[in-house]
Amino acid sequence: MKPIYLDHAATSPMHPDVIQAMIPVMEGTFGNPSSVHAFGREARHIVDVARDKVAASIGATDKQIIFTSGGTEADNMALIGVANACREQGKHIITTAIEHHATLHAANYLESQGFEVTYLPADESGAIKLADLQTALRPDTVLVSVMMINNETGVVQPIQAIGDLLQSHPAYFHTDAVQAYGTEEIDVNTLGVDLLSVSAHKINGPKGIGALYLADGVRIKPITYGGEQERKRRAGTENVASIAGFGKAAELAIQKRTKRKAAYQLLQDTFISELNIAGIDFSINGESGQRSAGIVNISFPGTNVESLLMNFDLSGVTVSSGSACTAGSVDPSHVLKTMYGDDERVTNSIRFSFGYGNTAESVAEAAQTVAVIIKRLTKGKE
Amino acid sequence: MKENKDIRVVVGMSGGVDSSVAALLLKQQGYDVVGIFMKNWDDTDENGFCTATEDYEDVKKVANQIGIPYYGVNFEKQYWDKVFTYFLDEYKAGRTPNPDVMCNKEIKFKAFMDHAMSLGADYLATGHYAQVVERDGKTVMLRGLDENKDQTYFLNQLTESTLSKVMFPLGGMDKKEVRRIAAENNLATATKKDSTGICFIGERNFKSFLSEYLPAQPGVMSTLDGVVKGKHDGLMYYTIGQRQGLGIGGEGEPWFVVGKNLKENILYVEQGFNHDSLYSDALIATDMSWVSETELSEPITVTAKFRYRQKDSKVTVTPIGDNKVRVDFHEPQRAITPGQAVVFYDDDVCLGGGTIDDIIKNEQQLEYVG
Repeated sequence: MKPIYLDHAATSPMHPDVIQAMIPVMEGTFGNPSSVHAFGREARHIVDVARDKVAASIGATDKQIIFTSGGTEADNMALIGVANACREQGKHIITTAIEHHATLHAANYLESQGFEVTYLPADESGAIKLADLQTALRPDTVLVSVMMINNETGVVQPIQAIGDLLQSHPAYFHTDAVQAYGTEEIDVNTLGVDLLSVSAHKINGPKGIGALYLADGVRIKPITYGGEQERKRRAGTENVASIAGFGKAAELAIQKRTKRKAAYQLLQDTFISELNIAGIDFSINGESGQRSAGIVNISFPGTNVESLLMNFDLSGVTVSSGSACTAGSVDPSHVLKTMYGDDERVTNSIRFSFGYGNTAESVAEAAQTVAVIIKRLTKGKE
Repeated sequence: MKENKDIRVVVGMSGGVDSSVAALLLKQQGYDVVGIFMKNWDDTDENGFCTATEDYEDVKKVANQIGIPYYGVNFEKQYWDKVFTYFLDEYKAGRTPNPDVMCNKEIKFKAFMDHAMSLGADYLATGHYAQVVERDGKTVMLRGLDENKDQTYFLNQLTESTLSKVMFPLGGMDKKEVRRIAAENNLATATKKDSTGICFIGERNFKSFLSEYLPAQPGVMSTLDGVVKGKHDGLMYYTIGQRQGLGIGGEGEPWFVVGKNLKENILYVEQGFNHDSLYSDALIATDMSWVSETELSEPITVTAKFRYRQKDSKVTVTPIGDNKVRVDFHEPQRAITPGQAVVFYDDDVCLGGGTIDDIIKNEQQLEYVG
């Protein structure tokens, strides 16, 4: 079969409109937005327009948007920047055990710098519990960071409730909204968040560009040093063409979010129902939680991740196991470990994520291919 | 007959030039080639450097040059359980193990092979210098054509049923040609240095490596007659026939390790390369494995190697039951070492091999070799 891409949570193809928005910039606008001449002003204008669009996509204003190199840098800046700015107020940070490594490893780093970090667990539903957060909160807590939608399981986290809870606590609230950005309505005015990370390449934009939303008055220190770009928050000449592409992708997200969400849900439902029809043994991780349209994480009893990934790929179904692979090893997912402990699920689960370019037919075909492989690999094991 | 394009061959790619060229040749022959890097050991240092990571980077680069899919698999646990544990146990017993033989038997051509088969592979290929051919309807293993590189010694535990699913694309080539092909095709690994020594130790100092896992017990170094010649750092650091690192100076011929007394922690040394105590007449080998999967029923006269890259010697092999054989040397042999493999050949055919256990001289078991 023709290979089908079911790994949109890892990265997504660029939308043709995004590419068209970038080409003229690459061809004609090479100026440095900081320059005090015509070429600089032209580039600056492109950045300004894109910033307005990105701001609009989350209900923010242009002044609240800092362009970064992507979601990882935005998360790093949120954690390390806030921690460094607030260390006099307190050295306690709360995050979750199911965050993306961009947050988790930044938190680990802060621990090495003398901060104390509480990692909230997730139960089998894949979500953290508000009560755990309440218990963990201390007077010296300066930052709470909880992702909006988990990138491995697609489980939605109670961001609104956390935002409401933190109204009565001085700690800043950061959310990594990278996986939610393309399909969910996000309004920073009602969510109660102070910082929010997004990335372009997960919403059919270019790689290497993202943004951090900073509510007015949030105290934060830069994590890189140099020029005075991005209101002195993020030094370095702006990636103008990618910013233009990001702006277009954000604009498309505003227009298409609702439609996309419905379409991806339909793809996911098709996929699951084909697996059911094929009669193979599987279960959805975090099934009891509220899950996003675009991501489903499935456990196939009696198999193992390494073999599944390779077999799927060799048969044209391109997926991932959530966590990235290092040299010759798929590290067991820290998310599933938190949810299920040492259960077999940790070693036999695959993430399927749907998006732009997928059709119901191709997704159904992929599910049938998956079923054939699962049957072959589990033959005689029952 | 299936066409080559319908035959899936999984190539074990180490990130070295041999397996790179093996993959290239198979691809050129039109097979459905899949490259897999196997990680068996983690040596990540304080700077985050890990040999396996670097090697896998090379595999990725080469596989993309060749145009084949590549993956990484992790066999660290299996390697530890099946190979490294054996390796340490043998050293504890005062012997000199051969982890490469064990790795081929338990990991590469068992666990890894099973994995390859689970990917729908018809064959597993590696960059070993050995040949698999059909003779009289049977699958046999021949020495690699490049005498200098022949690796059948390390493959002696493989048997026909395994070999029938194995390809060694480099078996009929010499190393120079392999390097030339790699260079001609601009492979990223064309000028990469050959790995030396045991894979998990790599370029590191053997002594310091071993001391991380086994407590060293320094003791006395003496002749077989009890004349003390110095001190040793721990019996496990020495092997029979070894000359380097003894630190015995003085007059006359150099000194050699001739044996070990594990009980009293004495290292036996004698003077002269050809000292009589280094020679023996026969050995008992355990864990015999015949490529043909047929047990020996009567004595046969064949040739044998007692260590890698040694010239063959004529021997008579007699089955003594319990998967053991007695091997009588037609000429006395020097520095036969317990723990190493003894491998048998009939002309160019590798017949199989076993592990050297006891050593016999004048119909007496040599106690001093450990």
